[in-house]
Amino acid sequence: MGQLFAQYPIFAAFGLTIVLAIFGAIGALVIGTIVAILRVSPVGVFQRAGTFYVDIVRNTPLTLIMIAANIVMIVNLGFSFSEDIARDNIIWAIIALSVYHAAFVCESLRSGVNTVPVGQAEAARSIGLTFGQSLREVILPQAFRGAITPLGNTLIALIKNTTVATAIGVAEIAGLMKQMQEFNNNLILPIFLIVAIGFVILTLPVGLLTTYLSNRLAVKR
Amino acid sequence: MSTSVLFDAPGPRARARHRTLTLVGGVVILAFLAFMLWKLGEKGNLAADMWTPFLTSEIWVYYLIPGLIKTLEAAALSIVLAGIFGLVFGMGRLSQNGAIRWVSTVVVEFFRSVPVLVMMIAAFSLYAFNNVFTSELNPFFAVVTGLTLYNGSVVAELIRSGVGSLPKGQAEAGLSIGLTRGQTLRAIQLPQAVTAMLPALVSQLVVILKDTALGQIITYPELLTTYSQIGSYKGNIVPSMIVIAIIFIVINYALTRLAAFVERRLRSRGRTTIAGVGAGEDTLAVAETTAPDDTEAPTR
Repeated sequence: MGQLFAQYPIFAAFGLTIVLAIFGAIGALVIGTIVAILRVSPVGVFQRAGTFYVDIVRNTPLTLIMIAANIVMIVNLGFSFSEDIARDNIIWAIIALSVYHAAFVCESLRSGVNTVPVGQAEAARSIGLTFGQSLREVILPQAFRGAITPLGNTLIALIKNTTVATAIGVAEIAGLMKQMQEFNNNLILPIFLIVAIGFVILTLPVGLLTTYLSNRLAVKR
Repeated sequence: MSTSVLFDAPGPRARARHRTLTLVGGVVILAFLAFMLWKLGEKGNLAADMWTPFLTSEIWVYYLIPGLIKTLEAAALSIVLAGIFGLVFGMGRLSQNGAIRWVSTVVVEFFRSVPVLVMMIAAFSLYAFNNVFTSELNPFFAVVTGLTLYNGSVVAELIRSGVGSLPKGQAEAGLSIGLTRGQTLRAIQLPQAVTAMLPALVSQLVVILKDTALGQIITYPELLTTYSQIGSYKGNIVPSMIVIAIIFIVINYALTRLAAFVERRLRSRGRTTIAGVGAGEDTLAVAETTAPDDTEAPTR
């Protein structure tokens, strides 16, 4: 057991998993918020563009998006960020994770918008705020607070989904586990347990924090 | 939908502004699409002979349809097994016996927090090393194992929140006519809970179907895997990925619509439903949040 940790870069691989999760989460939050604003905007084209994005992305397997990021974007179209292939794959893995989870962030925010009572929007309009102002000052702050639980669940899903990056050769923990199990046939279950417990350690605090925050921050009505 | 209350019925100035925005937005979207098409075309992906293979029966009969069947096989078996797993551990979490409840909780929470891919790879290594199945069936059962353990745990949680969402009077009525707790659960609460969670279950099918594509990583020859076979045979790797994506999207979109339909149907009959999600990822995401005033949760 001990020699596994000495022989394989387990902590480095988990570190890369965390890097993918953090940048993926930031990207997903930014894109997801934009798409959510498009979906609730008064302009028909924007609404349809937002809906189209969510319908397409949500129904495509992440594995496909991940592989397409590599095969289509890097290899075929040559959208490359870095000379270093490994680095390029990491960047595109983060983009794929962001694009995929943005659809779920958007839906979480929309469900958050739905928890805001009609009276809030009406009050905002009646004091003369424009759509953008009422969204910024009244609706979205409450929507984010109402959407904490689904957002937290999306973050947990994102942390787990970073493993899919192994499909394009990113050296994160799932790929390392496969490698470790191939060369240590007698330790397949212990290796699985190490990785599994690592993910429990990563996701459990997020779940606890979400529950705490949603109780703490939810707008009491 | 509460979104419509975010803005007033537009007046003349707002309408003019919306027209401008529509124009600008339309131009931006079209420009983006045109740019992507141009880039794709620049690398020769739009040439006719890249796409004509998909008009021949050969590609469909030897690649796409067998791949789709493999995908559906793994998904179908996983759904059945996940249902059984979920029923067992869902009832375990509602058990009177503290030990059973504790074990079920640990099992469900554990398999929910481990990535499906990690379970698939571990199962694959385990089966391959111990020669549990033939070398052809090992990847298949590894995919099914991963999907069953994760989605079974999700179903268990759905059952628990489904039973929890029922009015208390249901259980009280069962107990007062002399049924035991177990009988009340089986004969009165579970049937209603399963109906209530039907939309969420259909949405979960989308998750299962999408996750079969993870089988690509452990060499299960499902639909996604065929992109490289078709690509190396016809030299049209990008078009084949696009076609495969469309197949996935069409099937999953139909399932999402079905979930929304089932939900509307149940609701119009006055049944309560849990988790009117339609969100594919973690059906529980909304199941757990269904706030009291959230009955109008977005289904689409």
